[in-house]
Amino acid sequence: MTAIAARLTRPGFAAGGALALLFVVSLVVGVGDVSLSRLTHDPEAWRLVFASRLPRTLAAVLAGAGLAVAGLVMQALARNRFVEPTTAGTDQSAAAGVLLMTLLWPSSSLPVKTAGAAAAALAGTSVFLAVAHRLPPNQPFLVPLFGLIYGAVLGSAAMFVAWQADLIQFFEIWTRGEFSGVLRGRYELLWLSAAMVALAWWAADRLTILSLGRDVSIGLGLDYQAMMRLGLVIVSVVSALTVVVVGMIPFVGLVAPNLVTRALGDDLRRAAPWTAFVGAALTLGCDILGRIVRYPYEIPVGTILGAVGAALFLWLLFGRRA
Amino acid sequence: MIRIENVSFARGGTEILRDVSLELPSGGVTAIVGPNGAGKSTLLSLIGRLQPLQAGRITVGGHAVDSTPGAELAKVLAILRQDNGVASRLRVRELVAFGRFPHSRGRLSNEDRAHVAASLAAFGLDAFAERFVETLSGGQRQRALIAMAFCQDTPCLLLDEPLNNLDMFHARDLMRRLRAAADERGRTVVAVLHDINHAAAYADRIVAMKDGRVVADGPPAELMTPETLERVFGHRIRVTTIDGRPVALHHL
Ligand SMILES: Nc1ncnc2c1ncn2[C@@H]1O[C@H](COP(=O)(O)OP(=O)(O)O)[C@@H](O)[C@H]1O
Ligand SMILES: [Mg+2]
Repeated sequence: MTAIAARLTRPGFAAGGALALLFVVSLVVGVGDVSLSRLTHDPEAWRLVFASRLPRTLAAVLAGAGLAVAGLVMQALARNRFVEPTTAGTDQSAAAGVLLMTLLWPSSSLPVKTAGAAAAALAGTSVFLAVAHRLPPNQPFLVPLFGLIYGAVLGSAAMFVAWQADLIQFFEIWTRGEFSGVLRGRYELLWLSAAMVALAWWAADRLTILSLGRDVSIGLGLDYQAMMRLGLVIVSVVSALTVVVVGMIPFVGLVAPNLVTRALGDDLRRAAPWTAFVGAALTLGCDILGRIVRYPYEIPVGTILGAVGAALFLWLLFGRRA
Repeated sequence: MIRIENVSFARGGTEILRDVSLELPSGGVTAIVGPNGAGKSTLLSLIGRLQPLQAGRITVGGHAVDSTPGAELAKVLAILRQDNGVASRLRVRELVAFGRFPHSRGRLSNEDRAHVAASLAAFGLDAFAERFVETLSGGQRQRALIAMAFCQDTPCLLLDEPLNNLDMFHARDLMRRLRAAADERGRTVVAVLHDINHAAAYADRIVAMKDGRVVADGPPAELMTPETLERVFGHRIRVTTIDGRPVALHHL
C-alpha cells in the first residue's frame, strides 16, 4: 500500500514542481522587465505582475486545465479518443453564440455573452453527439472526421455572418487563442472553468461508466440521459469561457487526455487530475514559448499550440505503440 | 420472480416479439434457445429495460421494469449484452469493480472489494487484473464482462450468449458457475444459449423461441426430442442419451 502511495505521490510532486516553475517563469518573462532583482526594490514591477502577468498566467493555467478535462469528458461522451471541443463543432458553436449575442444585444455584459455562447455550444455539441452515436463503432475515424467537417461548416457559416455584419475583427479574437490581452478584471470568469474541472472530478465514476456505452450505463443504474447532459454542460461551459475570454486554443483537449490515458487508462477518477495538470502545463508552457521565440514580439498561444500540439499528436499516433 | 405478460415489440413495422408471456420462478437456470433472429436478444433487453416496452408488462422481483428507478433496478438485475463493444482502456480490475457501482456508488467498501476479488478469481482473471481491457483476447474480454455482471451480485442475472468466444474449458466452467449460483445462492439466471447441449446439461428449463414467439417451454428431458428440435431449428436432429442425459447430435 505504502509503495503504491509513494509511486503515486512522487510523480505528483514532480508535476506540481514543474507547474510551479512554469508559473514563476511566466511571471517574469515578457516585454516589460520584471526580473527578480527589480522586484526587490521597484514597486512598478510588482504592479505589472499583479495587473498583467499574474492574470495572464492564471488564465493560461485555468484555460489549459479546463480545456484538457473538457476534451477528456468529450471523449468519454463520444466514446472516441480523437474528438475535442475545437475540432467537433463545440468551439465553433460557442463562437457563433457570442457573435449572435453581440449582434442582437451589443450592450450585454461579458458573463451574459458567455452564457449565450455556452447555450450555443450545448446545442452544437448535442447535434454532434447525436450523429456520433449513430456512426458505426467499428470505424472510429468516422467520428472525428464528421466532427471536422461539422465544425468547419459551423465555423464558416459564423464567419460569413461576422463578415456580413462587419464583426470580423471580433470573430478573429474569439477564434484565435491569445493570452496577451488578458488583464486583471478580464480573466476572472475563467475560474468557472476550474469549477467545471471539479464537477468532472466529482462525477468521474459516472462519466467513466458513460464511456462504456448506453447499455452498460443503464445496466448499472445510471440515469444515462442526465449524465450525458451533465457531461455536455461541462464541455460547453469550458469551451464558451475560453472562446469568449481568450479565444479558441487547439489541441490541448486532444493531446493532454491522450497522453494521460495512454499511461493511466480511462478511469476518469485517476485520469482527470493528471489531465488537468498536463493541460495547464502544456498551455502555460506554449504561452511562455510564444513570448520568447520572437522576443520582443509575441506569437499567439493558439499558433504555438498548433505546431507543438500537432507534433505531440503525431508522436502519440506513430511514435510509441502501447 | 420474472413475470412477462403479453409482451409484443415491433421495429420499423416488423414484429419482433408477438404476445410473449412467461413466468420464471426465483432460483434456477433458464436457457433461451432458438434460431438467429428469433427475438431472444430483444426479449432479454426488454427484461433488462435497455429498450422501452411497447406493449405488455414485465416485472422482476415485483418491480415493474418500466417504472422502477434505474438505480434500484440495478440492485435487482444485471444484464450482459450479446455485443457490447466495450474495448476500453480500463484495467480489468477497474471494469469488474464498476459492477459494484449500484451498491458502492463509486466508493468501494471492503465488502465490495471482496466481491471484486472473488469475481476476478472465479473467472480466471487474476493474471489479467492489471491489463487494459482493450489488450485482451475476445474470450478474455467476455470473461471480464461476465465477471462484472456477477460482481453486481443481483438476485437476477441475464446473460445474452455468454459462451461467445469462450473456449471449451471456460464455457463448461461458466455453466457450472451459473448452476452453482442458482443452487447455492438461489439466483435466477436467464441465459441465451446457442449450444442446445449446454442448455440441456445445465439448465432446469429451456424456453425455445422462433419468429418472436415462445414455441416450446419445459425441462430439458421434455424438450430434447427430434420433433421439437426440428420444429424450432428447422432440421432433423438426432438425440441420444449419454449417462441418462439427452444429447443432440446437431452437427451431424
Ligand atoms: N434495431 C433493430 N432494427 C430493426 N430490426 C431489428 C433491430 N434489432 C433487431 N432487429 C430484428 O429483430 C429480430 C430479432 O432480433 P434479435 O432479438 O436480436 O434476435 P436473436 O437474438 O434471437 O438472434 C431480427 O429479425 C432482427 O433483424
Ligand atoms: Mg441475439
